[in-house]
Amino acid sequence: MDALNAVSNFISNVLPILRDLLAGLLNNFLPGWLTEIVMSIVSISVFLAFATIVVMSLTLVERRVIAFMQNRLGPNRVGPQGVLQPVADVIKLFAKEDIIPANADPWVYRLATTVMVIPALLIYAVIPWSQNMVIANLSIGILYFVAISSVSVVGLLMAGWGSNNKFALLGAMRAAAQVISYEIPLVFSIIGVAMLAGSLSTVDIVNAQRVLWFIVLQPVAFFVFFTAATAELNRTPFDLMEAESEIVAGYHVEYSGVRFALFFLAEYLNGFAVAALATTMFFGGWLSPVETIGNWFGWNLPPLLPPYAWFFLKTYLLFFILYWLRGTLPRVRIDQLMGLAWKVLLPLALANLALTSIGLYLYRVITT
Amino acid sequence: MNADSYVAIAFWILAIGMVLAAYAVVALPRIIHSALALVLFFFQIAGLYVLLRAEFIAAVQVIIYVGAVTVLFLFAIMLTNRSYAPDSNPANRQWIAAGVVSLGLLGTLLATLGRQTWPTGGQVPANATVLLGQLMLGPFILPFEIAAILLLVAMVGAIVIARES
Amino acid sequence: MQTDWGNWGYVALFLLIATGFAFIPLVLSPLIRPRNPNPVKQATYECGIETVGTSWIRYYAGFYVYALVFVVFDVETIFLYPWAVAFGLLNWFALIEMAIFIGILLVGLVYAWKKQALRWW
Repeated sequence: MDALNAVSNFISNVLPILRDLLAGLLNNFLPGWLTEIVMSIVSISVFLAFATIVVMSLTLVERRVIAFMQNRLGPNRVGPQGVLQPVADVIKLFAKEDIIPANADPWVYRLATTVMVIPALLIYAVIPWSQNMVIANLSIGILYFVAISSVSVVGLLMAGWGSNNKFALLGAMRAAAQVISYEIPLVFSIIGVAMLAGSLSTVDIVNAQRVLWFIVLQPVAFFVFFTAATAELNRTPFDLMEAESEIVAGYHVEYSGVRFALFFLAEYLNGFAVAALATTMFFGGWLSPVETIGNWFGWNLPPLLPPYAWFFLKTYLLFFILYWLRGTLPRVRIDQLMGLAWKVLLPLALANLALTSIGLYLYRVITT
Repeated sequence: MNADSYVAIAFWILAIGMVLAAYAVVALPRIIHSALALVLFFFQIAGLYVLLRAEFIAAVQVIIYVGAVTVLFLFAIMLTNRSYAPDSNPANRQWIAAGVVSLGLLGTLLATLGRQTWPTGGQVPANATVLLGQLMLGPFILPFEIAAILLLVAMVGAIVIARES
Repeated sequence: MQTDWGNWGYVALFLLIATGFAFIPLVLSPLIRPRNPNPVKQATYECGIETVGTSWIRYYAGFYVYALVFVVFDVETIFLYPWAVAFGLLNWFALIEMAIFIGILLVGLVYAWKKQALRWW
């Protein structure tokens, strides 16, 4: 507990002091507006570096967790318990030759990675780590997420088409068809939350859950959201586009070295963002469960952990479900995959929407 | 530097970027590159909507045009067997006629738009999306329902055409 | 008259920095990586078999139907968002209006389903 307190003290006390120090320093020789911009750049850059470290930890934890699920050890040689394995991987990928196939369309091939990575980063602008720790509290926060994440389809198609490889193009076509099919139930499942919160801002959505987390009111929406999101992330059991036994590695079969690393980065950034948004929409975001339950009974319990720590904990737990699914389920067939999106999840989401709206209306009639 | 000058800078960056992207759509010799330039163009339109404080419309612009319509375009192009041909987006000999028509349109637009006075700088309410919802299901309910029928017709038509065998 | 731009300013800044961030690896990596391309290495990967022709050939048209159905439903879902956030302020009539709206599109879904447009092959 002491170590934890030290870390949380550091984040909540030392970082603001450092920030003020830097701002004061800059104010000496820069005009005010420029200081503000420089400060924003510094904090966003720190955040991005932090996000990269989180992604690296996710890859390591994934490999270890899956290994334990399969009765193996996983990578444990580089550093204690293998904690330096991601660093070694990054260095290896950076030092590898970047092979561009002679037949590829070089510019489409090159730009595809960038088109994948930038939206994956941009999603993080609306994720509320705590009441004030959000890069941009937009009034359309959730729609911003939907919009930005839909850009990655273009990146997929660019990668597959630009490689001029039959596996890659097939993989990209499959991936794009899958992503767009699952986008519909995903977007539908968010509507229920938007109705309950009466807002699209991520901060407002969390604040609307102070009494009751939306997972209690919207379990079906959470199921639809999480399933559809898993499919959009192309993770097992929906990883058809990289089905090794059929189309080798799908759209990124031709990519090597640093570009492959960037695809990997985008994939995990998207995964963590989805888990973070599920936390925001269904699991009370940064709210402490101890405090929330205490409030029901009128007890005044302490939050135990700082808000961002709760947010992280919940997000990691949700991401753990993705590992768990990967360790448990076999890959589905492509006709099952498409059938699930249109014939199960979409009707389910629609039924949930109907129930929610009628229920919410009745609740309003009764209470007023 | 106040907020307005930032907005002006952002507007000019977007405006120049949009003109370049639009030119790329016309000028690039390979049609797939044109389609990708169109994506960039659509994305910058969303930026313009943000500058107009129409945040909801900006999100819709990205979701519908970048995320859906472009995918439709790309699929359609990739379903042909000449998607990579260097002459798949050919220039034709009618650029003079096209230029005359375009300039005429530009002149007409400038003449009409220049005469209006447009309300600018109005404060956009924070809950604009809520107001939009109230309007859509209130006074504008008829167009709203007609939109549903239009979408239905579009889908039925698409399925009939694509599946006629 | 000052509008509140703060949050979109951060988004714009974030876009710039994210773009830079996405290019940093592409700039750094060439400094340490080898570069000696040869025709075999640059050949299209097809599990060791030599490729025949390009991959830019015609694909199954079912993908296109998918995309079309998707566009229609995407537009529909977007219409639901203003209704959802305004729900607390609307009366029962709006509920029925929305039921009609969704009902019309449900007809489309059933039609697509019956016409096998949602089936894969």
